[in-house]
Amino acid sequence: MFVISSRFLRIWQRNFAVYRKTWKVSFMPPLLEPLLYLAAFGLGMSTLVGEVSWRNRSASYIVFIAPALLSVNMMYNSFFETTYGSYVRMYYQKTFDAMLATPLFLEEIITGEIIWGATKSVIASSIMLFIISLFGLIRYPEGLLLVPLSFLAGLAFASIGMYFTAVVRNIDLFNLPIFLFITPMFLFGGTFFPLDTLPGWAQALAWLLPLTHLVEITRAIAIGPLDGFALWNLLYLALFSALFFPLALVKMRKRLIK
Amino acid sequence: MEAVVQADALRKTFGTFTAVDGISFSARRGECFGILGPNGAGKTSTIRMIYGFSPLSGGSLHVLGQDVTSRRQLRKVKYRIGVCQQDNNLDPELSILQNLEVFASYFDVPRPEPRPDATARALDLLKFIALENRRDTPIPELSGGLMRRVVLARALINEPDLLILDEPTTGLDPQSRHQIWERLEGLRARSISILLTTHYMEEASRLCDRLIIVDHGKILVEGRPQDLIREHAGRDIIEISEPGEELRTFLRERNLRYDDLGHRLLIYCDERDQLYREVSGRYCRDGCTLRTATLEDVFLKLTGRELRE
Repeated sequence: MFVISSRFLRIWQRNFAVYRKTWKVSFMPPLLEPLLYLAAFGLGMSTLVGEVSWRNRSASYIVFIAPALLSVNMMYNSFFETTYGSYVRMYYQKTFDAMLATPLFLEEIITGEIIWGATKSVIASSIMLFIISLFGLIRYPEGLLLVPLSFLAGLAFASIGMYFTAVVRNIDLFNLPIFLFITPMFLFGGTFFPLDTLPGWAQALAWLLPLTHLVEITRAIAIGPLDGFALWNLLYLALFSALFFPLALVKMRKRLIK
Repeated sequence: MEAVVQADALRKTFGTFTAVDGISFSARRGECFGILGPNGAGKTSTIRMIYGFSPLSGGSLHVLGQDVTSRRQLRKVKYRIGVCQQDNNLDPELSILQNLEVFASYFDVPRPEPRPDATARALDLLKFIALENRRDTPIPELSGGLMRRVVLARALINEPDLLILDEPTTGLDPQSRHQIWERLEGLRARSISILLTTHYMEEASRLCDRLIIVDHGKILVEGRPQDLIREHAGRDIIEISEPGEELRTFLRERNLRYDDLGHRLLIYCDERDQLYREVSGRYCRDGCTLRTATLEDVFLKLTGRELRE
């Protein structure tokens, strides 16, 4: 049904070539924004909050939220790449149209875009990981697992981002998934406070969301304990990608192939 | 002669709208074949099926001997054609040279060709479009005409057997248009097969060996530009401004072919001087010109003069 050859790498290379040209501008915001959050909440709030207990462990507030902000960084960088980034290439620059007049097929283009979105997650979170590691907020060697994790997480969020790109009527409508999906996850996905402080129904809702699972693994890697539960979180993210990746392909084909 | 494009009863429908209504034509190797028609006639829909952008709704279509409805054969076709779309869809963040190099990578043919070859080819093409001194210029700094030239060069990066041009000079100033035409004539001299859509008749007469005029998804005529002119518009045309009733009566009595546009009247004729002298001497009140018939006359005669959206 889908024809996907390794030619999708050409799209990745194209996006990387553009990134190399614009990296000085494009890598600052994804790096600075989480660091600002970390400074504001970690330094400002930690005196108010003190220690946070998580999975029967106690951690300072900044140690508690650092992995969450890393997860948010993975989500933002992949999701925004395949929403705004891909939409501009698809609709305004007509880059996909040009590619379709070459040996590439649409499925390869979309796959390349999604893999590129996942790569953006790896790039941004690796830089951030390096910096917060300097402050001793991540334990090692477990911390190295965060790099492959950022790719898997990026795949999940890039896939659903691409799905939205295929279905929104214009670029302003990305506000909807951002307000209804991204922002609630950012606030309630176990990021700034432990999930068990929420009422039961809200916890159940939170566990439906991908960021909750991502934060859970990231924290288990960064702080511990890294146990079997992380496998369930991983499975969730893998299934999420396995659902939205083909869905994005189907919807994109419906949108572009006329 | 071998056909580079062979369409048989080709159809394209969008819901209830029929854009291409069972057209059949064949473009031969080495010729420049034109698809002409007013806006919405089905030109772009046809060409999009040819380069594999749109699936067929019916009929059959072979490009370079391959059946484009088969994914495997379509991939082969896609390797061997160059497409110049209507939009200047270059990568704005990249320089001219990088645009060509990136495109070359999409055509990564299984030939043993190292990357430097792509660059060499790109540089050759920049010379061809006379932009070799601006290889590092960012795309947004280019004028529309220069962008078009880069798009043309990009379509040639894989040394295609068939070059497909969808309205290559729409929206360009006369200088840029002539620049493009000179390049295309250069390509014709190298006997690259070209498929061209346009609604500029001057462009079609100048470049096309053969052409079809389509409207409402159907082929109206097919032939060589000169043959079509002779057949449908005659050799010459007398154009009369503000024609009087006497002239109309005269034309009816003489049973001459003409088009009455109200404020203007066109007489299609073959015996130029005699009729012109007669008409201009007796019936010309405002302005009266004798000129050679063009493809535009054929086009307007066949597709009508009403505005298209």
